[in-house]
Amino acid sequence: MMKLWFKSGSPWIWLNAAAVSTCLIMVIAVLALVLVRGVGNFWPAQVTQFSYQEEGKPLSVLIGEKVDTSITPAIMAKSTGHKMADNEDTLVQYLVKTGNRDVTGADFRWIEARKVQEQSDPDAMIVIVRREWGNFYGQLLAVQENGKTVATGDQAMPELQNRIAAASSVFKKITQIEKKEIGAINYGLERLRLKQKKLQLENRWDSEAEKQFAADKADYDAQYQSHQAELAALYKEIRRDSLVAKTESGAEIKIPLAKVVQVYQPNTMNFFGKMGFFYHKVLEFLTDEPREANTEGGIFPAIFGTVMMVIIMSIIVTPFGVIAAVYLREYAKQGFTTQLIRIAVNNLAGVPSIVYGVFGLGFFVYILGGNIDALFFPEASPAPVYGTPGLLWASLTLALLTLPVVIVSTEEGLARIPKSIREGSLALGATKVETLWRTVLPMASPAMMTGLILAVARAAGEVAPLMLVGVVKLAPTLPLDGNFPFLHLDRKFMHLGFHIYDVGFQSPNVEAARPLVYATALLLVLVIIVLNLTAIIIRNRLREKYRALEG
Amino acid sequence: MSDTHPLNKPPSVMEKSANSYYQRWRLVKDSLARFGVIAGGLSVIVALVLIFFYLLYVVIPLFKPATAEAGNHYALPEAALGKTVLLDVEEQNEVAARFTDTGQVIFFEAATGKPVLTESIKIPAGTKVVSFAQGSPISEGAVIYGLSNGQAVVVKHQYQITYPNNKRLITPSLKYPLGEAPIVIDDKGTALEICAVKVGDKSTTIVAKTADKVRLLHIEKQQNLFTDEVTLERTVVDLNVAVATVTNMLIDKEERNLYLVSDDGHLSFFDISDKTLPVIRQNVNMVTAGEKITASTFLNGDSSLLIGDSTGLVSQWTMVRDELKRPAIQKIRAFKVSEKAIAAINPEPRRKGFAAIDADGMMGVYHTTSEREVLREQVTKALPIAAALSPRANALLVEASDKNIYFWKLDNKHPEVSVKSLWQEVWYEGYPKPDYIWQSSASNNDFEPKYSLTPLVFGTLKAAFYAMLVAIPLALMGAIYSAYFMTPIMRQYVKPTVELMGALPTVILGFLAGLWLAPTLEENLAGFFLMFMLLPVGVMVFAYAWHNLPARILEKIPEGWEAAILIPVILLTGWFAFAISVPLETALLGETLRDWFKNEWGIGYDQRNSLVVGMAMGFAVIPTIFSIAEDAIFSVPKHLTVGSLALGATTWQTMTRVVLLTASPGIFSAVMIGLGRAVGETMIVLMATGNTPVMDLSVFQGLRTLAANIAVEMPESQVDSTHYRVLFLAALVLFLFTFVFNTLAEIIRQRLREKYSSL
Repeated sequence: MMKLWFKSGSPWIWLNAAAVSTCLIMVIAVLALVLVRGVGNFWPAQVTQFSYQEEGKPLSVLIGEKVDTSITPAIMAKSTGHKMADNEDTLVQYLVKTGNRDVTGADFRWIEARKVQEQSDPDAMIVIVRREWGNFYGQLLAVQENGKTVATGDQAMPELQNRIAAASSVFKKITQIEKKEIGAINYGLERLRLKQKKLQLENRWDSEAEKQFAADKADYDAQYQSHQAELAALYKEIRRDSLVAKTESGAEIKIPLAKVVQVYQPNTMNFFGKMGFFYHKVLEFLTDEPREANTEGGIFPAIFGTVMMVIIMSIIVTPFGVIAAVYLREYAKQGFTTQLIRIAVNNLAGVPSIVYGVFGLGFFVYILGGNIDALFFPEASPAPVYGTPGLLWASLTLALLTLPVVIVSTEEGLARIPKSIREGSLALGATKVETLWRTVLPMASPAMMTGLILAVARAAGEVAPLMLVGVVKLAPTLPLDGNFPFLHLDRKFMHLGFHIYDVGFQSPNVEAARPLVYATALLLVLVIIVLNLTAIIIRNRLREKYRALEG
Repeated sequence: MSDTHPLNKPPSVMEKSANSYYQRWRLVKDSLARFGVIAGGLSVIVALVLIFFYLLYVVIPLFKPATAEAGNHYALPEAALGKTVLLDVEEQNEVAARFTDTGQVIFFEAATGKPVLTESIKIPAGTKVVSFAQGSPISEGAVIYGLSNGQAVVVKHQYQITYPNNKRLITPSLKYPLGEAPIVIDDKGTALEICAVKVGDKSTTIVAKTADKVRLLHIEKQQNLFTDEVTLERTVVDLNVAVATVTNMLIDKEERNLYLVSDDGHLSFFDISDKTLPVIRQNVNMVTAGEKITASTFLNGDSSLLIGDSTGLVSQWTMVRDELKRPAIQKIRAFKVSEKAIAAINPEPRRKGFAAIDADGMMGVYHTTSEREVLREQVTKALPIAAALSPRANALLVEASDKNIYFWKLDNKHPEVSVKSLWQEVWYEGYPKPDYIWQSSASNNDFEPKYSLTPLVFGTLKAAFYAMLVAIPLALMGAIYSAYFMTPIMRQYVKPTVELMGALPTVILGFLAGLWLAPTLEENLAGFFLMFMLLPVGVMVFAYAWHNLPARILEKIPEGWEAAILIPVILLTGWFAFAISVPLETALLGETLRDWFKNEWGIGYDQRNSLVVGMAMGFAVIPTIFSIAEDAIFSVPKHLTVGSLALGATTWQTMTRVVLLTASPGIFSAVMIGLGRAVGETMIVLMATGNTPVMDLSVFQGLRTLAANIAVEMPESQVDSTHYRVLFLAALVLFLFTFVFNTLAEIIRQRLREKYSSL
């Protein structure tokens, strides 16, 4: 019976089926992992108070969010040096985010469940999201204005929220002035300095230029002074209020509202409250600047940088890819050479991306960029302008990297168009270019679109070459801003994929950064899935359409 | 496009001229477009090809031989002021210095010999210079004069660069780091026959040999914390050694080791880290009996000695720790310069190279790490007296017995690289045996760069191997099933899902591998192993049970859904494997599998190891292999399979005997392309391994691949340096490797397509 069954080959078919199932499970597991951990980051966790009894130490109180639970079998726990009683099978440990890094020196702490005497989620627990030192967990005692208490007890919380709102709007004004206004002044001053140096280099620096220069500089200085005065007033306003809170150890600490982003009481929130909070957090994540060495806050500059790079890359890659495909399919004589070129182009898609990065760094940055600097920006030397990794070079490198994708896809589209259509057009007296422009290319446009989408998806997820040609962990300015010439192709930029690598692996506080990395990964995965699904759908539609045409 | 409308109407006579103009314009447009497209298309293709040639262009200088070009030769400047004991050139190759045996220093223009400045060393009246030596390291410019009255003078020569009127001006000068008064070494006043010195900021060590002893003098500057007063503390000790034959003495720059060289080939090696108690560590014979040591000096970094002998051989001796961790001098390689005795050895001040000149004026330039003779040139016809290699190793001055100085320009940019130093075992300084090591940079010039690509290639192949081990079975079996057995409805969803898997950014896979999979695997090693073993068993058991289900139920379930049915089975088996792993470990091993490997087999465990890389990169490679192999299997012509089935073969027989055989070239090419992808993958290995370039076969150890190495080191490497070019070489190797594999695979696929269409 069994032997017969084996002979029929059926078990092997099942085994092959198992391979497919395994692949499917793996894909779904990876996506689910990223989804759950990425979304979980935004959901407000309960703040728990533990009474914790360590051996040989007095009973202590711990306040924080339970982030993770690990269950270690007894033998493993023993081998890592835990004392285990004979009747204990497992060692249960909680990872608690205790925050208060300024007080305790660490954000996270592993505690053993068996040493927890008591745990509860008191309503009074507050979480303070701060601009530095990470979160604070504790209890609110009072709100102060210029050191004098203005509210305590039940009034404290509403009063605090009002004042935080006020402080936040002041903070926004300060950032606006410091980044935008003063940033523009600094940018103007730098341009002025370069202009002066350029005139000196060209021996055109005369008394008139000097006068003009002095006037411009005085103008900028005056602007700067007025902003400084404004800033001083704002700083005085934002430093007025502070709050007093009690930590787990009972110590009272005073936190100026200038350093507070948000205060909330997760334990009192109901489901809808949590939903609101969740929405707010997601929005903050998408639109805010990063804080605390990228481990908190938002990832807006990374999203912006990725999008900018992808757009510039698309502008470069589409025309060139399409022209190359049209040449290969419509103009070149089909023969051994075109076949060879086709194979070569196809294989360039398989060349490791890091090789493109090396090429981009050597050729674009050092050779092209270096020469551009020597020709057009002698005044900036020794500081490089284009002779250093930047947005333009990153886009160009990725354009080169994705060129094969666009060529292959467009060619495929061109090949699918029935010959009869071309011949019909030519027979009606249209020239070749007219045939192409009016009939063939419009019909092939979905294929080009597919190619472009695939190229964009690949570019958005590619990191290795970017590390060499222009991505940085923290860019002080966006590549697009209000200062002439608005689009700064020479600037370095931030990128979602690199952000994941950098925050996840190069950050000093990996544990604290982890939720943010998962969230970033989720965003990137979503973008890529949407792009790829679009490409797949377009491709399938296209196939249907031509099947109809051919039939 | 309003210009279309004349076409739509038949041309009338009136319109004819305008029309012909328009027709001509259309033709011009057509040919312009043709020209544009051809130019554009070709330039895109050229741009893609450019990648290869650009990489080659950067790499080629690595393998270009060095050249020497004869410059001026001129009469010895101020020949009357005595015989040369040392020649030296400063960094810019503009000013050279000649130290004479009468205590004069003549600075002159290196290119023309025109004297710039002549200085006299302050020597007490009635004494004369008996011995002379360069301090260590030579780049600091200290020299010592041993006098006939038992005293010594230490001088530093330095060059100050200023830019008056935007022109470079180099001003040489002399400085006395220990004060102008001579230092008394032998209070009895016997002449210092040989001396050696190391001048430091805080302390100075001098060794001098008189007729009857070798004396070590250590001077330590001590600054009083409160008064800023500087006092000098002197320690004097005589070495316990036979002095008669000593001809050269060398102190390393750490002031730890002292080497006494005798011309009969004997070397005594003293440990002088304790200045009051020098200990002799070793006595070695460095040349074969009857031969003589004719030149000896340190290699840059002072951890190797270069010994030139009367047979024209220069050998490199380095400090190696033996089994008992005792330091010992050992010969690690030798260079044959000629048959004549070595006259001078000049080490390069910044690299591990040196120039050796024999008694006939034949010069060889060598690099120790790469064991390369970079250059050989007859620099003078007369007997060479002294030679100087410039700090950047791009110029050489040779004084010959014909009272002339010969100026040579050297072009020797990348001596560190040879086929041997890149691919074979190299015996590096201070290592107990030859080894493959990649260690490209350190903070100072003394470091010996180790550019062995072997560990990187090894790491690349190791990572690719484990990835393929995971990917090939899953991808190929999956492809077989979904192309041939799966119901079309399910296939419609499975294919895009797998394509999506391939589109996932590798940075995300790498991040999950490094931050989630690696710690999970570390904790559940036994569970994972058990899962690998139990999964096929579980599937088989389930399949057998399914087979034995009543036919009544089986009939109702359509065929080709096995993969969907198996999902819960696999999940359940996986869960079961993890659940029983710990009790099993406790029962069988009494410790965790990880500890068991370590204790029983001595296999250490790295958290980010090859297994993690294999699983993560396998995940990334599966879609590539899957979709190509699936295409190949799916497009096997139907009449073949139908024919086989009609002849009575089972589906499985048809699969293995007909379909797989026909599709095998396609499957092969799928594997090739997958391998190409695994070899070049960067982010996953960067994040999922510790990036340690070790050569270790163990699954539980990390690795570093070529691609990850480029990503890690490229941003910091200096443009056009050897390191930069070696990284480009790594990129070129990757490029060629993947390109060749992909092209092979592509050609096989093309052939297959033709074959199918003819079938």
